Amino acid sequence: MKDDRATRPATYARFAPPGLICLLASGCRGAQSALDPAGEEAEAIHSLLVVTAVGGGIIWLLVVGLILYARRRDRPVLDVERAQKLISWGGVAFPTVILLALLSYALWKMPVARPWFDPGDAPMTVEVTGEQFWWRVRYLDQEGEPVFETANEILMPIGERVRFLLKAHDVIHSFWIPALGGKMDMIPGRTNVFSLKATRTGIYRGPCAEFCGSSHALMNLTARVLEPQAFREWFESRSAPAGRPAETEGQAAFLSHGCGACHSVRGTQARGQVGPDLTAFAKRERLGAGVAANTQENRVRFIRNPDGLKPGVRMPAFSMVPDSELEAIATYLGGLE
Amino acid sequence: MTTGPLNDFSESERKAQEERLRAVWANPPGWRYWTSVNNSQIGLWYAAAAFGFMLFAGVLALLVRVQLAVPENDFLSAELFNQAFTLHGTVMMFLFAVPIFEAVAIFLLPPMLGARELPFPRLSAFGFWSFLLGGVFVCGSIFFNAAPNAGWFMYPPLATDKQYSGIGADIWLLGLSFIEVASIAAAVELIVGIMKCRAPGMRINMMPLFAWYLLIVAGMILFAFPPLIAGDILFEMERMFDWPFFDAGRGGDPLLWQHLFWIFGHPEVYIIFLPAIALMAMIVPTFSQRPIVGYSWIVLAAVGTGFLSFGLWVHHMFTTGLPQISLAFFSAASEAVAIPTGVQIFVFIATMLAGRVIFSVPMLFGTGGLAIFIIGGLTGVMVALVPIDWQAHDTYFVVAHLHYVIIGGMLFPIVAGIYYYFPLVNARQLSERLGRIAFWLMFAGFNIGFFPMHFSGLRGMPRRVFTYPADAGWDWLNLTSTIGAFIFASGVLVIVFDVLRPKHRQPRTKVNPWNAGTLEWLAQPEENWGVRSIPVITSRYPLWDQPHLAREIAEGRYYLPDAKEGYRETIVTSVLDAKPIQCLRVGGTSYLTILTAVFLGGVFVALTFHWWLLCALFGIATFVTIIAWLWNGTAEIPQQPQKDVGLELSLPLYASGPASVGWWAMFITMVGDGTAFGSLVFGYFFYWTIHEDFTAGIAGPGLFWPMAGLALFVASWLGMLAARSVNAGGRTVFACMLIVASMILTACGSVAALLGPWQFEMDPQSHVYPAIVWILAIWLAVHGAVGIVMQAYCLARFLAGRMTATYDTELHNVVLYWHFLAVTALTTLVVIGVFPELR
Repeated sequence: MKDDRATRPATYARFAPPGLICLLASGCRGAQSALDPAGEEAEAIHSLLVVTAVGGGIIWLLVVGLILYARRRDRPVLDVERAQKLISWGGVAFPTVILLALLSYALWKMPVARPWFDPGDAPMTVEVTGEQFWWRVRYLDQEGEPVFETANEILMPIGERVRFLLKAHDVIHSFWIPALGGKMDMIPGRTNVFSLKATRTGIYRGPCAEFCGSSHALMNLTARVLEPQAFREWFESRSAPAGRPAETEGQAAFLSHGCGACHSVRGTQARGQVGPDLTAFAKRERLGAGVAANTQENRVRFIRNPDGLKPGVRMPAFSMVPDSELEAIATYLGGLE
Repeated sequence: MTTGPLNDFSESERKAQEERLRAVWANPPGWRYWTSVNNSQIGLWYAAAAFGFMLFAGVLALLVRVQLAVPENDFLSAELFNQAFTLHGTVMMFLFAVPIFEAVAIFLLPPMLGARELPFPRLSAFGFWSFLLGGVFVCGSIFFNAAPNAGWFMYPPLATDKQYSGIGADIWLLGLSFIEVASIAAAVELIVGIMKCRAPGMRINMMPLFAWYLLIVAGMILFAFPPLIAGDILFEMERMFDWPFFDAGRGGDPLLWQHLFWIFGHPEVYIIFLPAIALMAMIVPTFSQRPIVGYSWIVLAAVGTGFLSFGLWVHHMFTTGLPQISLAFFSAASEAVAIPTGVQIFVFIATMLAGRVIFSVPMLFGTGGLAIFIIGGLTGVMVALVPIDWQAHDTYFVVAHLHYVIIGGMLFPIVAGIYYYFPLVNARQLSERLGRIAFWLMFAGFNIGFFPMHFSGLRGMPRRVFTYPADAGWDWLNLTSTIGAFIFASGVLVIVFDVLRPKHRQPRTKVNPWNAGTLEWLAQPEENWGVRSIPVITSRYPLWDQPHLAREIAEGRYYLPDAKEGYRETIVTSVLDAKPIQCLRVGGTSYLTILTAVFLGGVFVALTFHWWLLCALFGIATFVTIIAWLWNGTAEIPQQPQKDVGLELSLPLYASGPASVGWWAMFITMVGDGTAFGSLVFGYFFYWTIHEDFTAGIAGPGLFWPMAGLALFVASWLGMLAARSVNAGGRTVFACMLIVASMILTACGSVAALLGPWQFEMDPQSHVYPAIVWILAIWLAVHGAVGIVMQAYCLARFLAGRMTATYDTELHNVVLYWHFLAVTALTTLVVIGVFPELR
């Protein structure tokens, strides 16, 4: 195939669409792929996608075949009456029938792809707020009061419907975990509600899907789908009264440089509400809403100059903090279990 | 249509006529060439400028593709990347896709309709210069790192955030408003031209399909662009004066912008797609060597597409959390538009099948474009299904979809049009060989570049990301896309080379080289007069069905074969059956068009940088040039009332009211103006519906002042009606007194409209309710002020003896303006005065 492309671009092009499909059949998997569904909603949409894509492919071949036939010089010339008939059958009747069928199928799938539900059927509610350029995540109790807060990571149990309240703090963002379901915008002044039900455990990723500024590309979310038991354990540990993290040199530096004005670490004096909650930071795979792996080196880099890793980020640079203290803060964050 | 016997001139007489025509239609020499207003010049400049902007935006796209070729690339900074993709989309849409069709229309329509010119050549010239200046301003911003950077649909609150978007958003709003003015000017010109300037006998059901499509598209512009202009006004008021239209904290709503933008934005897609299909509708019959099959089918389908396109905008907002029932409605409407589109494609296929197809480069690009476009159409059917859109929205799937639609449905047919119509530009054909090379490079490059994007999108790649992680699995998809983009660009370069390469050694082509059936093929590139004489048309394909027509036209045997009085003249016909009703003298070469555009451009630039004094000066200069333009260039009283146009027909040289082109231009402009006003009223009620108590407890403008204003406006309207009929009765002085009275009433009415919100101290920065009331009141007052200027102009015309009891076209037009003003006043004052009482 490669040689073909280099030597005969014209011929290749004609076969490009089917050729690519073959190549891609193996490449649909991924933690962020709508083609590799792991939730009820995503599965419904996936089947709709497959049906329409295959149907569309057939229609394309038919119409383009007709055009290629029309350019042949040895074909009979159609009389006008038949040509008119071709317009009414091919241009009106056929598409009308196909589209009506397709529309009915899609409308029938719509309640599966985004179910109506009773809040009672979805006992767990998570409020997610889009901020430039991270996700504030709050788990709410039955009364809608926050139980605890975290950031950039959502943990959810398999097989249970989770209700999401979606808000925006500054500009429009869009909440999207492709493997679990379709997206929903987060709009300042509004609260959008929808739900997701995961069918497969694993780690899935979600990008912000509405352009939200300089680092729109670096606003990513991790969703972990756990077995119900594991999820309960995590939930209990987070909602239980906080234990006090050991008072270390790093914690002292963290507090003395004012990090606590924006960030919270449960059980300490750091109770800022401006930036992401850092409780149990060590458990996060990535830092800065998916910018980089959560390693000591990256933590130091991020704190020293956040803008370097994440353009336009709201957090100021802490390049004036001596290296030893930066290392200590990074170590402290890396130890927050 | 019955006509007198054809003219019969001797050889020497014909030569003398040609000399006179040539002199009248000549372009000025030297640098003053640029003050030409001739449609073929303006059309070419327009097209060249639009292509220049396209190449610029294409380079931006290549920069974007280089950045995305590999993961975690640092070729462009995030900031520059965001400017690049915003400008790419903006320029392609506003500076290429829409203007290129205006260019082609201005170039082709007069000869195609058998007219000498469009009715307002100076307006075309003004539109072109506005477009060029606005375009350079918008494009130039990126070299100062000040380009708009919030995406081409500029969603607030990101785009209203001054810290993020800097001056870029103002450049977008004001630069494009300026260009929208040019588009609306073109729409007015094209609608009046197509309805009133067709050759005698070319009944509306005999119009070339290109003209039908352009008529529909110009009508769509009239209803689609004003909502965006209304949105721009609200947006700019928020940015400049902090009026909170889109600020949720003070009662505003970011979604209003999305509605207004997409009420414009979705018809926009068809505004750029239909003219390209119009080119196909000219090319396919020529290369099938037979008339189109299903003329009425395709016209109805185009009209249907135009109508439906206004009912689909919400499919750009399926993920905003609107109720599912309205999503289902808009999903159905979006699917429905596929049917008229399918009809148009099948009309082409049927025409090909009913003829013998000659497969030249124009057909290659045309059918290749269709093959691409159909994929875009089918993915469009997919994303119009709400659940699929929830996954695909704002991903590379949509990027692929929209490029398949626009490049297949618009760019390829445009290139087909270039190869087809190039002989009309300089009597030479473009190279068949280079054309084929370009086609295969573009076709292959396009599919290699854009097909993988369907997959990168569904595999989770959002659009507008400047980087992506290496482990996302999109790396080789993106690399393939970048390679394809460069192959595609090389194909575009081949076309640029083919167009620009010197062709003086190439033999001239014969007239009508493709043996086409429509009139435009009689135009000769070196003659500015369009048609030598204006023929009588009896067929849809006159060059096929009317033997000797070409020779008879060239021998001046039809209407207006001469220009004895030294005026540029064309024939105005009736709207439906094209009976000749007037001999119209159109404006000639003028520097005023450039000056007006420059000064108006100055107003917008000064506004961008908040140079208020300069802005006022430019505003005055614009006003002066417009008045000068109107005063000497329009509604001149002819020396004799009638003129012998040939074939024993004598036509009036002056017309008033619906018989005149000026009245139609005013009517069409006011329809656009009314649409913008309607969009503001829509905004008022939009806020009303989203809030429990829309007024948030803030005092409204009361009932007294709005009702007093309404009474004054109604009185001023009655005054104008009376002035018109009194003047027609010959009592000019009394008419002038009535106009003065109406002026005073209008001024008082405007003040009364403003006094309501003023007296109740409505603070427009505090909440959206006072802000929207003020906007409506100011809109009305500004229209009142414009009306007063028009009345003063009428008085001056009477005093100068340029308007009389019989020659009263300005007065008719101003009264027409007053009808619209009365409706505006009634709506505004009832809405702001009465509705708050109904809470």
